[in-house]
Amino acid sequence: MRPFTYERAASAEAAVAAVASRPGARFIAGGTNLLDLMKFQIETPAHLVDIRHLPLRGIEDLPDGGLRIGALATNTEVAAHPRVKREYGVLARAIVAGATGQLRNKATTAGNLLQRNRCPYFYETSLPCNKRQPGSGCSALGGVTRSLAVVGTSPHCIAQNPGDMAVALRVLDATVETVRPDGSQRRIAIGDFHLLPGDRPEIEHPLAPGELVTAVTLPRPPGGTHRYHKVRDRASYAFAIVSVAVVLQEDGTGRVAFGGVAPRPWRVEDAEALLPSGPAAVVAAAFQGATPTAGNAFKIPLAERALALVLSEGRA
Amino acid sequence: MARAQAAGTMGSVVVALTVNDERRRLDLDSRVTLLDALREHLHLTGTKKGCDHGHCGACTVLVNGVRINACLSLAAMHDGDVVTTIEGLGRPDRLHPVQAAFIAHDAFQCGYCTPGQICSAVAVLAEVEAGVPSHATGDLTAPVTLDTSELRERMSANICRCGAYSNIAEAVADVAGRS
Repeated sequence: MRPFTYERAASAEAAVAAVASRPGARFIAGGTNLLDLMKFQIETPAHLVDIRHLPLRGIEDLPDGGLRIGALATNTEVAAHPRVKREYGVLARAIVAGATGQLRNKATTAGNLLQRNRCPYFYETSLPCNKRQPGSGCSALGGVTRSLAVVGTSPHCIAQNPGDMAVALRVLDATVETVRPDGSQRRIAIGDFHLLPGDRPEIEHPLAPGELVTAVTLPRPPGGTHRYHKVRDRASYAFAIVSVAVVLQEDGTGRVAFGGVAPRPWRVEDAEALLPSGPAAVVAAAFQGATPTAGNAFKIPLAERALALVLSEGRA
Repeated sequence: MARAQAAGTMGSVVVALTVNDERRRLDLDSRVTLLDALREHLHLTGTKKGCDHGHCGACTVLVNGVRINACLSLAAMHDGDVVTTIEGLGRPDRLHPVQAAFIAHDAFQCGYCTPGQICSAVAVLAEVEAGVPSHATGDLTAPVTLDTSELRERMSANICRCGAYSNIAEAVADVAGRS
């Protein structure tokens, strides 16, 4: 790790001011992704502002029947919350499909959403990577691409969003709440929270320097049958090759989002409207315009099979 | 409170934490992980460094009662925390039930992963008790039963390169069956 200074923030306002006022400053909470990247010197913050002790950890009912999850609630705390288990099952299922018991005890809700997109070449510092070093080129194109994105990519980057939790939050129509350095608050729809790479793959979310995620809110429970199916190279502790989150209603309509296939959780509302026509129609529409490589084109038929499996279970 | 930049040194922090029931105070480079603080500064070498990236589980310790990877946490972030390592779980003359079960079931060969396995197993039993679901859980709203698939899923982040998994699973199941 490169040297850095460290402070523990006394309040959210102080934390935001500390990060906004110092170039190279970063928030740290769970740290499981940031510290890993700092050890590789892929992330080199000059100053860390520890927000772990701020009062942003609670999970509380909202007056409209929804749920407000504090930014610092751990993955374990969210997955074990009685209402999440009972009414937002797809979220509990997605969280426990990701990482490990040890990591889920440390990883926070906001940190999980802000984990960096994954690519072996992003981690390999001896090779060019537009995300790690803007303008240096993409080593993945023409390289080993099995794990990487097939849709929503650009000629500059094909890294995949590795999240499981975020895929469930996408089908649940979650909203991310933040506070900005000027003290104002804003609400960002989860569908707008992860940016496509375009020609700036180093920018993965719309947050301004010092802008702090304070909570994730869920609307009223959608009802229906909740499923999260993850296809991976080993049975536990591996990133998704393809995952699918589904909330299915009795009339055959529902919501569908895919993970492991794109730079962000991949939900196409026009595609999920085709659910009554079956998985092939949904996947054809959801992956329209996909630009897979020879090494990862298998993900599209795999996504169709994963969805078919989930739908057959959901109706059983 | 962790005090940043003590004595004007770039990245120096003072950390006060409780380790195995003892209050400890450390003056550290801000880059020191909890794992290195335990091993190199407090000389509690029971906790092991394997991959140093959260992949292998050898560094698993309990912080405020829950298991984490000590390698993926800065010591500075644990000011005020209560840490339990393998040295604090039991002693040679007064073993923790999970330690005794590992011996009874021959649940190790070289022993390098064992402290992490045991800390992890102790936490798994508490997680099951608290109703924390896993990927192997059937009904999310029913009490969790620590059957073989649950146990293997929950212990999957503790790698044993000697391959003592079947005996590790038997040792943990033995303790779980008694509680």
